[in-house]
Amino acid sequence: MEDRICRSINILRAGPMLTVQDRGRTGYMKYGIGESGVMDHKSYAEANRLVGNKDNEAVLEATLMGPKIQFESDCLIAVTGADMEASIESAPIERGKAIKVYAGQTLIMGFAKKGCRAYIAVSGGIDVPVVMGSRSTNIKCHIGGYEGRALKDGDKLSLGKENFAAGEEEKLLAQYELPDDYPEEIQVRVIMGPQDSRFTGNGIVSFLTETYTVSPQSDRMGIRLDGQKIESENGTDIISDGIVFGSVQITSDGDPIVLMADHQTTGGYAKIATVVYEDLHLLAQARPGCKVKFIRTDIKSFDSSRGLWNRLAHLFRGKGA
Amino acid sequence: MISTISPSGDRAITVEFENEINEEVNAEVYALQESLDYPGNGIVEMVPTFRSLLIFYDPNLTGYHRLTKLIRMNDPGRVSAANAKKKVLIVPCLYGGESGEDLAGLTRELQLSESEIIRLHSETTYRIYMMGFLPGFVYLGGLNKKIWAPRLKTPRTLIPEGSVGIGGNQTGVYPIGSPGGWRLIGRTPLKFYDPNRKNAILCKAGEYIKFQPVSEREYIKIRSDVEADTWKTEYAEA
Repeated sequence: MEDRICRSINILRAGPMLTVQDRGRTGYMKYGIGESGVMDHKSYAEANRLVGNKDNEAVLEATLMGPKIQFESDCLIAVTGADMEASIESAPIERGKAIKVYAGQTLIMGFAKKGCRAYIAVSGGIDVPVVMGSRSTNIKCHIGGYEGRALKDGDKLSLGKENFAAGEEEKLLAQYELPDDYPEEIQVRVIMGPQDSRFTGNGIVSFLTETYTVSPQSDRMGIRLDGQKIESENGTDIISDGIVFGSVQITSDGDPIVLMADHQTTGGYAKIATVVYEDLHLLAQARPGCKVKFIRTDIKSFDSSRGLWNRLAHLFRGKGA
Repeated sequence: MISTISPSGDRAITVEFENEINEEVNAEVYALQESLDYPGNGIVEMVPTFRSLLIFYDPNLTGYHRLTKLIRMNDPGRVSAANAKKKVLIVPCLYGGESGEDLAGLTRELQLSESEIIRLHSETTYRIYMMGFLPGFVYLGGLNKKIWAPRLKTPRTLIPEGSVGIGGNQTGVYPIGSPGGWRLIGRTPLKFYDPNRKNAILCKAGEYIKFQPVSEREYIKIRSDVEADTWKTEYAEA
């Protein structure tokens, strides 16, 4: 049991953008502090589930190139999301599967072959201090994660206590999640509004029929898109208002930007539509050059598919608001 | 009066009021926020801005149509901002010199003396219309027209934390060191954002701010109290 007290990992090589993230920070946007959190909630949930973690445990998120990490103690790890050709001691490991690693072993990941962001979950989770209810790194506000910044070579991270009994390890090692394929062209569903009335009929048609290309300037703040300009009635400046993860802002040049996990809390460009939550992971994994088509959907289809049944299920689980 | 209610995706609703920046419209935003701020309705977070309220909800607990009804029922209509009691945060400010390096230059541009600019800036009670951009950054309304001043053509690469500036028709405080183009007229010893403090953010949107000129000696004293976390924030009522 000794190793459980000081379980830790060493970041030998961080790569261009490696951060500690969890589900994100709720309740501070009204003060100008954004939500942060993982970009791809689907891969994040899979990674935690595979290593037996609670669903809000902190993981590592790597963008376009993966890290090199040495483990100081035995643990389970799972790599999900982008395919960065992960290997342990030179032996390739599969995405979407729990892997047992032993103290002293090293995980090496390279450039993303498919997808854009990889998630590395370690049993027990990354144990950085909880700041304002979350372990997520918010670089702009210098809070959360490891000292409020992206990880650097030589950083050492503590791990939390494992969440499963000794006998359950076998069961976890037998699980498998089919890895995502990340095609070069994606379709994401959007709900129009809140400021779609600011755009001309032509503008709306361009947005919903043209194919857009992910720009290399995309990052955790937003996915910038190139393609047919979107025509507005009278410019896209609005009196600044609140933004959500998924808002599609149109700049004064007519280019769409889908605001992502590190979005500003407020902004002064009109928002033509919002990407639905379930499709955000597709954009999180879209590399520069990936083609994007927006498909219109309606809030009604979301209201009825959830609603009553979920509310009842929630109450029965004793989680009623 | 609420003008439109629209979805911001499948987990949030944007409520828009009259499309203008003034105290009455902004007060309606906060009135709606307050009337919805109770547990059990499925709302998880609200972001008030000049003339709009963004409401995040848990789709497992409520839905767009249910919440829309609730919002309509709570439409604040026209709220009289004049009658509401104002909570005013007193913000000490050391004007001019090294702390406000653009003040001397502004005297020529505005045809006002330094002391006149300081008087005009510190006599107004400013409403915090909203927060955003940086953690704890306040958007204040009510700057006297006589001291409106254009932003710098080339923004400074680093404006120190606590700097008080004027940018066009706005005034405000930089809560953290940041690039920026505002004209700097002073500096406050208060920390508008301190992630290590129990209340990381000093003030709240919907409240008010009044600047109070202080001497360099007072500035140093207050700053050391702020650093030691022994400073007691002062409020006035108006």
